[in-house]
Order: sequence, then structure tokens, then C-alpha cells
Amino acid sequence: MVKINGEKLNIAGKTVAEYLATTNYDPKRIAVERNGDIVPKSQYGDTLLCDGDNVEVVSFVGGG
Amino acid sequence: MDNDKLIIGGHEFNSRFILGSGKYSMKLIESAIKDAGAEIITLAVRRANTKEQENILDYIPQGITLLPNTSGARNAEEAVRIARLARELGCGNFVKIEIMRDSKYLLPDNQETIKATEILAKEGFVVMPYMYPDLNVARDLVSAGAASVMPLASPIGSNKGLATKEFIQILVDEIDVPIIVDAGIGRPSQACEAMEMGAAAIMANTALATAGDLPMMASAFKNAIEAGRKAYLSGLGRVLTRGASASDPLTGFLRD
Repeated sequence: MVKINGEKLNIAGKTVAEYLATTNYDPKRIAVERNGDIVPKSQYGDTLLCDGDNVEVVSFVGGG
Repeated sequence: MDNDKLIIGGHEFNSRFILGSGKYSMKLIESAIKDAGAEIITLAVRRANTKEQENILDYIPQGITLLPNTSGARNAEEAVRIARLARELGCGNFVKIEIMRDSKYLLPDNQETIKATEILAKEGFVVMPYMYPDLNVARDLVSAGAASVMPLASPIGSNKGLATKEFIQILVDEIDVPIIVDAGIGRPSQACEAMEMGAAAIMANTALATAGDLPMMASAFKNAIEAGRKAYLSGLGRVLTRGASASDPLTGFLRD
């Protein structure tokens, strides 16, 4: 299982790019962190998601 | 006044009003920026929402500097992660460090803020730490590489004004980077007072978000901040400790 934004998903073995393609995220408006490290956009296709990975997908919202 | 620039980390700004974007409709952002005359707007970083197609960046005009905050961070490590994610979002290298351990008073953790400032400044961020106004901490933040220091006026979102006035004045007098008063400023008069004291800029969010007419309040703040800046630059008149001093000639009275 891979934890993405707190939710456990059965997507181990997929790349970040493959996972993102199954979502509605606008790739220009998000940033991805895997196990505490940034995954640069250029590496989405090469980064394999492994069992136990902890992934955060974030974007900007209003704030002070 | 034309040469009176606000310089943060080598970047020049004409406006001294940093606008927040929280707690109001994205559709109001453009008019708020315009009426505030703002050149910097703060944002937060949160988990992306797959259902939401609108993004706040679509509502922010070109040329506006984005200042992501690290709200939600409870320690330096989390703040550093959020800052890196914000930079990865591709909107520049400014960051407002915001580290809080409690959700009741939302007071900044100064010690963790110093740690995060040091790490992020080394990574090339323009670091603008939100802090509880303490001279020693402000000096440590500058040594750690802070491009400005952002002391709170009163608790976040309280609109209570300059509760920490004396301590902000000490920072203004002693610290060489811009002192930007952040949090708690509720009225234009309070923003004006902070600027009269020599603050370099004002950051406001809740004062606008909870106002009756947001763009009009943005404009009121703009005028107040400009008035306070002019008053500071012109040098305020002195205050008498006691007694009075006539403004009119003390000769030529119609008597005797």
C-alpha cells in the first residue's frame, strides 16, 4: 500500500506519473513529496511508488 | 517618495502592504490586490484536492510576488518541508516561516523558527520569519539569514492591533532588515501607527477578510500605510512632557 495524502492506495509499482494520470490534479499546480523528499516534475515518470511509501501532493490555497 | 523602495532579499517593492489571501473568495483577490496596491500576496500550502478544479493561482495577476507561508508546521523540520514544496510549486523562492505549537493562541515558536530560517536561507530562500517580538530572537534570525523579520502585533486573526507596540519599536530601532508587522492588525489606524513607528511594511489578512467591503478596506489600508510611511519619513513632531505650546504668536494681542 502507498499512503497518498493520508489515504492508503493499492498502487505500489506504479510511477508517480502513472498515479497522477488517474487523478484530476493539474500537474502545473501541484508539488509531490515522497518520504519527505521532493519529487521534481522531471522525475515523475522515473519515480516508482513502493509499498510503505508516504506521498504528499500539495498545492497553493488562500492563506495569511 | 518615488525612491522609497521596500527591499527584501535584494528584491525591490514600491508597496508596503503585504496582502493575505485567506478566508475570502478567490474571486475577490484581484480587486483586493488592485485596491490594496499590493505587490506581494501570501498563500498557504495544503494537500491538493482532487475534486477542486479551481486554483488560487488562476486569480492572482502576473507580476505579483507570491509569499507562501509554512502554516501547519509544528516544528522546523515540517516548515522546511513545506517551504521546499512551495518552491517546487514553481512560484519563486520567497517563504514566510510560520511555526506554531498550539492552535488556541497560534503563537509562533521562536526557537524552531530560528532553526528553519538557518536551513532555508542556506538553500537560497528569501526567508521572512513570523515571530514573537523579542530582540534577541530577531538578532538570531538575522544572523541565520532572515531577509526580514515579521513580528506579531497581537494574536493572529484577532484584529486587536498593536499589543506588542513597545517591543516592535525596539526591533525597528535595533534590527537592520525590514520589520514587517504581521498578525493582529485590525484597522487602518493601527497599520498607520505601526508605519509611523518605522515599520517597513504591514501584512494583513483577517482585517480585510472580516470587513464589510473587502476591496474598500484594502484601499483604506493602502492609504493608511502610505500616510504612516510619509509621517515616519518626514519625522514626527515632538511631544511635550507637560504644559502647552502656543501655535499662535505670543505678541500683538488686542489688549493693554
